[in-house]
Amino acid sequence: MSLRAIGRQLITVLLTALIGGLLGATLVRFAPGFGAQESDLNAQLSAEARQALHEQDARERNVLSYYAHYLGQLAHGDFGYSRSLNRPVVELLRDRVPETLYSIAIGVGGGWLLGLTLALPATWKQSPLYSTTAALITGVFLCIPSAVLALLFLVVGSPGRIAIALIVFPKVFRFSRNLLIKTYALPHVLTAKARGLSGLRILGWHVFPNIAAPMLALAGVTVSLALGAAIPVEVVCDYPGLGQLAWRAALARDVPVLVNLTLVIALVTVAANSFSDLLTPSATRDVL
Amino acid sequence: MSAARWAAVALLAAVFLIALAANLFAPAPYAKQFRQDLNHPPTQQYPLGTDELGRDRLSRLLYGMRISLLLAPAAALLSTLLAAIVGGAGAYIGGVWDRLTNVVINLFLSLPWLFLLLTVRALLPLDVPALTSVVITFALLGTLGWAASARIVAATVRDLRNSEFVLQARASGCPSLRLLLRHVLPNVKPILIAQFWISVPLFILTEANLGMLGLGVTEPLPSWGNLLRELENYGALAHRPWLWAPLISLVLVMSLFQFILSGEEYAS
Repeated sequence: MSLRAIGRQLITVLLTALIGGLLGATLVRFAPGFGAQESDLNAQLSAEARQALHEQDARERNVLSYYAHYLGQLAHGDFGYSRSLNRPVVELLRDRVPETLYSIAIGVGGGWLLGLTLALPATWKQSPLYSTTAALITGVFLCIPSAVLALLFLVVGSPGRIAIALIVFPKVFRFSRNLLIKTYALPHVLTAKARGLSGLRILGWHVFPNIAAPMLALAGVTVSLALGAAIPVEVVCDYPGLGQLAWRAALARDVPVLVNLTLVIALVTVAANSFSDLLTPSATRDVL
Repeated sequence: MSAARWAAVALLAAVFLIALAANLFAPAPYAKQFRQDLNHPPTQQYPLGTDELGRDRLSRLLYGMRISLLLAPAAALLSTLLAAIVGGAGAYIGGVWDRLTNVVINLFLSLPWLFLLLTVRALLPLDVPALTSVVITFALLGTLGWAASARIVAATVRDLRNSEFVLQARASGCPSLRLLLRHVLPNVKPILIAQFWISVPLFILTEANLGMLGLGVTEPLPSWGNLLRELENYGALAHRPWLWAPLISLVLVMSLFQFILSGEEYAS
């Protein structure tokens, strides 16, 4: 992995996040009803306060100048102010990022643990009954919307964020099972088996080095998957994370929050994918 | 295709036909209120009971299935067409256009699908007539869901563009349009068909998620998404098990799709 490749990936990450943020701002600007002020109906506000809010709104009307102004402020650590939640955006992000990170960690960690726990015996045993049962279990979770899955966990009194793990796990199971079956059929693995090497040694020394790169590529994809699943899960379970913030900001058309969220989410997703891209051959990326 | 898979196709076709002919099978119109029978348990007259507004649940389920099963394929068709145009054209022309197409595709893929959909849907008017909300929801699914398919189409077209038979046809003086229509498109067609079928269950599931978040099809029109919202009243689920009917029917239809598609996946 050369420094040039790392530099190129870093530039890609930054550019994609910046363009993503600009697109977010553009969408909000051209949405119907942009600029309509609830404050106009609030009799408790003075004419000056309403005027000040309209001036603030006028500054946001030109997308490019709004975005340039926003990026300038961002460089100084100022993320703007949420009008719908009446708090600085940086505070909202600071409060909610740990909650979402926790959900994603549970989702990705649990999904991988469950996926690999089912995939390894499916490869070792090669039993049609086991394979069918495992495929059925994964199939069921591919058929249920993440919001409903979270709700089901609430019904049985369990933490709803386990739902994220169950959204991630079918992807991990299917990919790793196919990969493991192909790797266990490679000539050098068959030779190792024929020589009587232990299952654990074959896995650690001969299989794992072959599957490490594609699995790492899958890791990037699962972070993005978990982040997407976190939105309905946080809304349904009332977890105060970024997903719930995105939902509230979207409903309230809160420009600063939406632009920052688009930027943060694009940054996290592209960074996760770029990190795995750096360590993965291009042929592997195409199959994910 | 195995006998089990043919059976799954037949069952899915039957569900599709029943949903299509909802007005024949449904005991009542989806919006008709039986005000004397609010929250009525299942009886011969109301096989799945009535909701809190006195509407027949079975009728709403059948009409909801019709909306999802008719419009998800329409959205999938739109997204596949967009994937073919954006991904296919960029890769076929090559050079700067190919790189530009790649940037656009990566940009769309850099945001989680549901976040993108949620943001764009919320920016459009929420207080719209029910029929408009159906069009908005499924049009958004179609116009925003093309990126993953476009990436696959672009990779296929790129491979075809550099394949020996295309190079030979080009060297023999075959015009570009003929090359595209006679040599490239027939080879991309199976990929496009596969992407279409993969998108259908994905869009049904996404509409259900959007509906649960209150951003899908609006009342009084039923859809799988807004019917599932009744599950939010989870205190009632234990003594009113018929409330699970929309979820069970959704899982059944999605399982049939998964079963049929997994066969295609293994075959390829």
